Amino acid sequence: MNLLNVSLCGVDFKNPVITASGTYGFGKDYTDFFPLERLGGISCKGMTLLPRLGNPPPRIAETASGILNSVGLQNPGVAHFIREDLPWLLAQNTVAIANAAGSTLEDYVQNVEQLAQSGVHMIELNISCPNVREGGVAFGTSCANVEKTVMAVKKVCGAKPLIVKLSPNVTSIVEIARAAESAGADALSLINTITGMKIDVETHRPILRNNTGGLSGAAVLPVAVRMVWEVRRAVSLPIIGMGGVTKWQDAAELILAGADAIQIGTACFTNPMAPLEIIDGLEAWAERECCGNISELSGQVRAW
Amino acid sequence: MARQEMARILQNECIALDTYSLWLDCPALAREAQPGQFVHVLCGEKTLRRPISICHADALLGRITLVYAVHGEGTAWLSRCLRGQQLDVLGPLGNGFPVLEKPARLLVVGGGIGVPPLLDCSLRCGAKSVDAVLGFRTQAQCILEAEFERKCASVTICTEDGSYGVPGRVTAPMEALLQQGGYSAVYACGPVPMLNAVVQTVAKYGVPCQISLEERMGCGVGACLVCAAKIRRTGTEDYLRVCKEGPVFNAEEVVFE
Repeated sequence: MNLLNVSLCGVDFKNPVITASGTYGFGKDYTDFFPLERLGGISCKGMTLLPRLGNPPPRIAETASGILNSVGLQNPGVAHFIREDLPWLLAQNTVAIANAAGSTLEDYVQNVEQLAQSGVHMIELNISCPNVREGGVAFGTSCANVEKTVMAVKKVCGAKPLIVKLSPNVTSIVEIARAAESAGADALSLINTITGMKIDVETHRPILRNNTGGLSGAAVLPVAVRMVWEVRRAVSLPIIGMGGVTKWQDAAELILAGADAIQIGTACFTNPMAPLEIIDGLEAWAERECCGNISELSGQVRAW
Repeated sequence: MARQEMARILQNECIALDTYSLWLDCPALAREAQPGQFVHVLCGEKTLRRPISICHADALLGRITLVYAVHGEGTAWLSRCLRGQQLDVLGPLGNGFPVLEKPARLLVVGGGIGVPPLLDCSLRCGAKSVDAVLGFRTQAQCILEAEFERKCASVTICTEDGSYGVPGRVTAPMEALLQQGGYSAVYACGPVPMLNAVVQTVAKYGVPCQISLEERMGCGVGACLVCAAKIRRTGTEDYLRVCKEGPVFNAEEVVFE
């Protein structure tokens, strides 16, 4: 029996480790390091209906145990993705998750309409990008907007499971999670990056040309664990936890807090082998815990 | 093919003001490295690796030389590493300087810490003869003069403060060489204002020019889209990846902002 098999919304993953959107391209850039079929899944770079140039550089700054980025959803557009990148990814024997973003509700709907007719296995709705002027996080920070967006998108999703990716930059992520659930989301993924800023004290300039960016990396893990734990108690949807996972113990914390699967992002910049090391570590952990399958450990934190 | 190697430090010595020469034992990487490519070096507990251009790759001895300046915490950590220690490096990465189609005269123009990658260019890009113009802020920062002297027909050193060689920037001595004619390519690496001046000057002489760019980098392998350079191709401007399509670009395509 495979300890790491998990099933989310009817989609089978060989393990619960997925590479996070925006950090792994479409997978192709990392094939030199290990076969992608080792991964549970790949969440692709966020796509918009039309191509986007992205923000001017610098787009990255290093912080204590983390990074700030402000890429700004640079992408070739969803049609290009489906035509040029997806066929290759679908041949890699791993779950392919498309990440869909937009600036207007109509953008989101048309974007997801195209993805629904493509070969992707799941769609992750990005209503939490902090680095674009219009749309992005604006759709994910009020319950009314979340409900409206998820409902509209769900209508055109067809049989594809819809994961809604939540922003941590909100007063109550639990309320947002409930809104997504009631609007028809099939799963939730959290957390996207936390808005931040870094200033060069010599030049008085922010390092990022966009002034602000999204914080990720080890620094954000405790925030992610807390939010997954809170959301787990409030909704019954499957949860994909992410934020600062760099080693298997971090992934295990998210699982104990209530995640059914996890995503890895920034850690791959430091160590391209991080996903495999985390998969191996989780397997040994599940074995030590004497469970038949890792999903039995989800939500098993013994909270005080 | 990019690989992750644990490379043993053979030497890590200070060769000029805040500038170090690091020799690494990494045979597979040394065999595959092309002039102008870089390695992505893990620096202690830092989240981000540091991209450092390959100054020289010796396939026979199985080692590479990196020459780097201490800019911040990551490179300061690197400068404290000792012989025998293992470094985690990814590489060789990026698109380097093209090998010349036929043996011809090459002009290389470097500024500051942009000078090192031009050394392998001078050795391995198939040039019949190479002239080098190398600029530094001050004499204390001058590097690799002897190494270029061994491989080049002429080496002109410039310092901005006039403390060594030709006083001033690289542009005037470079233009004097271009006026003599006969170059089939110019390869340049250095700070953006220098590259901008070099590109404008070279354009007047109609010589093809390749420049190596630097940008704050994330993954180093093309996945994260962080190290963006604005490039004009077929009439449209796009952000391309310094780590993948670059660091070396055709100068005509680079949009200086």
